[in-house]
Amino acid sequence: MDMLTSTDWQALLLSARVAAMATVIALPVGFAVACLLHFGKFRGKAFLEGAVNLPLVLPPVVVGYLLLLGLGENGLGPILKKFGLSILFTWYAAVLAAMVVGFPLLVRAIRIGLEGIDPQLILASSSLGAGRFDTLFNVVLPLTRRSLLAGASLMFARSLGEFGATIMIAGNIPGVTQTIPLAIYDYSGMVGGERLALGLCLASIVLSFVVLIGSDRLTRFRREAGAS
Amino acid sequence: MSLFVSVEKRLGGFCLSAEFTSSSGSLGLFGPSGSGKSTLFNLLAGTAQPDCGTIRLADRLLFSSSARTSLPPQERRIGLVFQQGLLFPHLNVEQNLLFGYKRLPKDYRRIDPDRVIDVLQLGRLLKRRAAQLSGGERQRVALGRALLCNPKLLLLDEPLSALDEQLKGHIIPFLLAVRQEFEIPYLLISHSLQELRLLTDEVLLIDKGVLTGRSHPEEIARQSLGSTTGYLNLVEVSETVRDEGLWIVPWGNQRLSLVDNAPAIGRSYSLSSKDILLCREHPRAISARNLLHCRVTRLFDYQGQTGVELDCGGGKTLVSQVVAQAARELNLQTGEMVYAVFKATGFRRIY
Repeated sequence: MDMLTSTDWQALLLSARVAAMATVIALPVGFAVACLLHFGKFRGKAFLEGAVNLPLVLPPVVVGYLLLLGLGENGLGPILKKFGLSILFTWYAAVLAAMVVGFPLLVRAIRIGLEGIDPQLILASSSLGAGRFDTLFNVVLPLTRRSLLAGASLMFARSLGEFGATIMIAGNIPGVTQTIPLAIYDYSGMVGGERLALGLCLASIVLSFVVLIGSDRLTRFRREAGAS
Repeated sequence: MSLFVSVEKRLGGFCLSAEFTSSSGSLGLFGPSGSGKSTLFNLLAGTAQPDCGTIRLADRLLFSSSARTSLPPQERRIGLVFQQGLLFPHLNVEQNLLFGYKRLPKDYRRIDPDRVIDVLQLGRLLKRRAAQLSGGERQRVALGRALLCNPKLLLLDEPLSALDEQLKGHIIPFLLAVRQEFEIPYLLISHSLQELRLLTDEVLLIDKGVLTGRSHPEEIARQSLGSTTGYLNLVEVSETVRDEGLWIVPWGNQRLSLVDNAPAIGRSYSLSSKDILLCREHPRAISARNLLHCRVTRLFDYQGQTGVELDCGGGKTLVSQVVAQAARELNLQTGEMVYAVFKATGFRRIY
């Protein structure tokens, strides 16, 4: 693997760390939002639905710019500073960018799972004395395991490739916020960088492939375990 | 049980309006599809709210529009058994059975899981997943699961209709056993008269969203003379003797002969009113194996057919049906003796 430099390895590890962190944080929130959208009957549901899906259609750069404004001096910046937190241009910003951009994919995948649950099954659960949250955690959650897994791997893969929003709020600092796509972008502008860029492209393809195959294996395993 | 229901519910162009009280241990709700049975089920279960009215079960108010009360399904203490069983696919049989039991406050745990497992014969299925069960097994687990919550009322929504004829027959004795063992009143929603006759004491009739009557299931069954199967006489079997390929069954003061190719005799058979011939005099030589001397106790007309209720002695009755013309020619009158003739192959096994 001498085709990857130490910066490349850093980028690779950082990408994996950012994507994993973003997915782990987003998973419970995604489940909650998906449940709210699926089961909830409330005012402003259409608005929430739109807001969740917006990053899917907005250019990531726009998302990044809005986050930049929101976390900047005129936004939440001063408040965060009070608590000694700085997010912009740290790897947390890359996590945030990946979370916002990947979130709609996660929610969509979980909702597909929720739609597959027979509503009568939920009635059966409550008639057996289970309250709302009891049913949510002991019936709905286990029955959406597969779509949670599918959503998580989709989001993880999407996060690995996040570029537009990340470069806006995390910048492109090697070893700190430089993820794979940002490193490739750097190499492409460099004289003689093609070979290095290609190496990282290959690494990114391998990583994505592993994630996809792994999640497929895992869902299939779950399915078989569920059936037998 | 004491159940009081007085509800109104409008759903698009459909309007359900029902008012009844019942203290029967086994009440049936009979009506064609689209008559409002499912709507009533939902209102009782608590998944839908009546527009106005009251639902009271035992001493508890489940719903009242005037008192602005509506208990959620989990607080109604009504056990539900659905058409498709609806077991939790991610749990095994044992976990399904105990799902409600574990959530029941300790003071309410009156029904012992081992007894339920025993009565419903679930012992060897406990570790299986719902997907590995047959339709009949699934319904037994669903029944046990609802039962273990020690509900004040079991609401059975067409629990047999997803099963084929043979499996239906297998489930009926379990339902009867449950009724006898656990003394939990139930409301059985069904469009099958036979189920209602076997399983309920009283039936509410519903049509187009309105309760049109209430009677003994037997009475409703007698109106089925015009149907393709005719009225079905139910024959319970307790002991038998095997004789040259026939089962000889003591029945009242008489003995019936019947054919069943199954290795063991069943416990309940049906005999259509259409398969019973009536003779004024003793037919000397006849191939049919059953010849009963009985008294006509009642004649009733239904759609050009005459139903003839026969007292066969020992408290046993049969209903035969003849066309009105035959009734006239034979000059059938109540109180007269006739011979009822039917073949040993005329019996259909129920369970």
